[in-house]
Amino acid sequence: MTIDVVGVTKRFKTFAALDNVSLTIRTGELVALLGPSGSGKTTLLRIIAGLEWPDSGEVRFDGEDALSRSVRERNVGFVFQHYALFRHMNVFENVAFGLRVRRGADKLPEAAIRAKVNELLHLVQIDWLAERYPAQLSGGQRQRVALARALAISPKVLLLDEPFGALDAKVRKELRRWLRHLHEELPVTSVLVTHDQEEALELADRVVVMGHGKIEQVGSPGEVYDNPATAFVHDFIGETIALPGEVKGGALYLGGRPLGLDPQGVADGPARILARPHDVDLADPSSTAISGKVLSVRTFGPTRRADVELAGSSGPVVVEAAVPHGQDLAPGTQVGLKPRRYKVFAA
Amino acid sequence: MNALDQTPGHPVAHGASEGLPSALEQSHTHAAHRGRPVRTEPRGVRIILTVIALAFVGLFIGLPLVTVFYEAFKRGWQAYVAALVSPDALAAIQLTLIVAVISVVANLLFGLVAAWSIAKFEFPGKSLLITLIDLPFSVSPVVAGLIYVLLFGSQGLFAAYLQAWDIKIIFALPGIVLATIFVTFPFVARELIPLMQEQGTAEEEAAISLGASGLSTFFRVTLPNVKWALLYGVLLCNARAMGEFGAVSVVSGHVRGLTNTMPLHIEILYNEYQFVASFAVASLLALLALVTLIAKTILEHRLAEEDR
Repeated sequence: MTIDVVGVTKRFKTFAALDNVSLTIRTGELVALLGPSGSGKTTLLRIIAGLEWPDSGEVRFDGEDALSRSVRERNVGFVFQHYALFRHMNVFENVAFGLRVRRGADKLPEAAIRAKVNELLHLVQIDWLAERYPAQLSGGQRQRVALARALAISPKVLLLDEPFGALDAKVRKELRRWLRHLHEELPVTSVLVTHDQEEALELADRVVVMGHGKIEQVGSPGEVYDNPATAFVHDFIGETIALPGEVKGGALYLGGRPLGLDPQGVADGPARILARPHDVDLADPSSTAISGKVLSVRTFGPTRRADVELAGSSGPVVVEAAVPHGQDLAPGTQVGLKPRRYKVFAA
Repeated sequence: MNALDQTPGHPVAHGASEGLPSALEQSHTHAAHRGRPVRTEPRGVRIILTVIALAFVGLFIGLPLVTVFYEAFKRGWQAYVAALVSPDALAAIQLTLIVAVISVVANLLFGLVAAWSIAKFEFPGKSLLITLIDLPFSVSPVVAGLIYVLLFGSQGLFAAYLQAWDIKIIFALPGIVLATIFVTFPFVARELIPLMQEQGTAEEEAAISLGASGLSTFFRVTLPNVKWALLYGVLLCNARAMGEFGAVSVVSGHVRGLTNTMPLHIEILYNEYQFVASFAVASLLALLALVTLIAKTILEHRLAEEDR
């Protein structure tokens, strides 16, 4: 199902949660709404679900107005952040709920309900937990129950609010791949809300980066990572080195010294130079315009990072640079930095 | 969680990999709950404190309770039964039961509605409502009774209206019920509000998103989630409704066989030096207290279990 969000605005008292947001989600896509807390991503998801109503704007499912329909009538599968499993029902009854509350012609006979629930439990690989209660399940198992329950009503749209937020890192990774796999098996359009960029980049067909109630960029995981449209996206996705520079007469300056870098069409005035740590090489201080003193070197797993203090236009700036394996770097040494890839944005 | 799980490339089925650690986790938390208490006081101090506490409870609660039953059976069980089956005593028991049933049902409905609206919705005047619900806890029951006398009594605010329609509230069943409802007002609501607030609205939202109607959501999700707390509130409400003296005393008029509840009947018998009869009826109330206590303990256990 295609979902069109057109010019949606939502305010909570004086706080603008969504500011004139427009977005099209295509049939069968898995789209991630990615942003920091307060960026409006959950509000957008809840508006698509019908749990929240916009102050203005439109939401259309396959071209038809969805706002005139309540959440009951939209037939969307919603997976809540903390699962919201019915605590007094066992796993089987949780999954069966959406089928049991049907009235009239849609009501299924008991045998059909049982068959459907068992099929779903099998699909999410928790058949053996059918008699358990939510309190007796691990986080990952609860997540699967929540998914099976949402899928029971055969939704064309699956909405997931921070589906892996409450899980530990290992289970999270496992479930992530499994969810991707599940999405491909089912005829469903999925929208996922997350603040975890790694999750969004790994899972989604397209990533919608949100900040301050606006959409900053929509693109494939590769696009938003390699070609961030704004400084916000660059900052939020992936690790970022930021240098406060200045554009003067079509050239970039840092603390008054020319850098010899391309200003990428940014007009004269203060600018920010952004780069990924792994796109910045360490170099001889004399061979580059950017140089500074190493404050400390940290090693975590396969990565090593050096904190380098540079002289900026207004006081010292500390940036993180990648240190290749096998290179020793003592605190206090002067090093030069040479960005291979970088982005310049007007500040 | 353990070294085995960390092994890179260790192939495990999705379900199985989570089942085992979860079981481990649970037994772990249980052990933590039952962990040894930290005891820093020397043995002597502990014994002295325990003895003081036990002596206090025995003297002020245990002894009076035993006395009630001792006095009630002083002249043998025939006298005891005779006191209970006297027409006045039966009338008092009947009235007490009627009043308790009406006030419990009224406060059950009110408590559910109030707790539901307070916990699940935002509306102006919410904090005022929460404060007002607590009012009966802080007001003397006698004052509560007087309020109704001032409102509905023969000199009261609505006196002319009530006389015109020949409605009797004070010195009659309606007055006793009103006073009892006032006094027992907070029990159910107070029990439900924190629980419902803690549970939030996510489960209701989930139910509605799965196609349930508002009513169906209430009966299938909201109500079952609070059933033990609701029962607990009803229990306390009932115990108080049956035992209430002050407020009822003001509005009842003490008409024997008509407007005397059990506590009032006990007082009258006692004032007339009919000690055996008085303590016999009192023993019924004491028995009610004991049953309430046992049921309360069981319910608390259920509640704690649900809280896990």
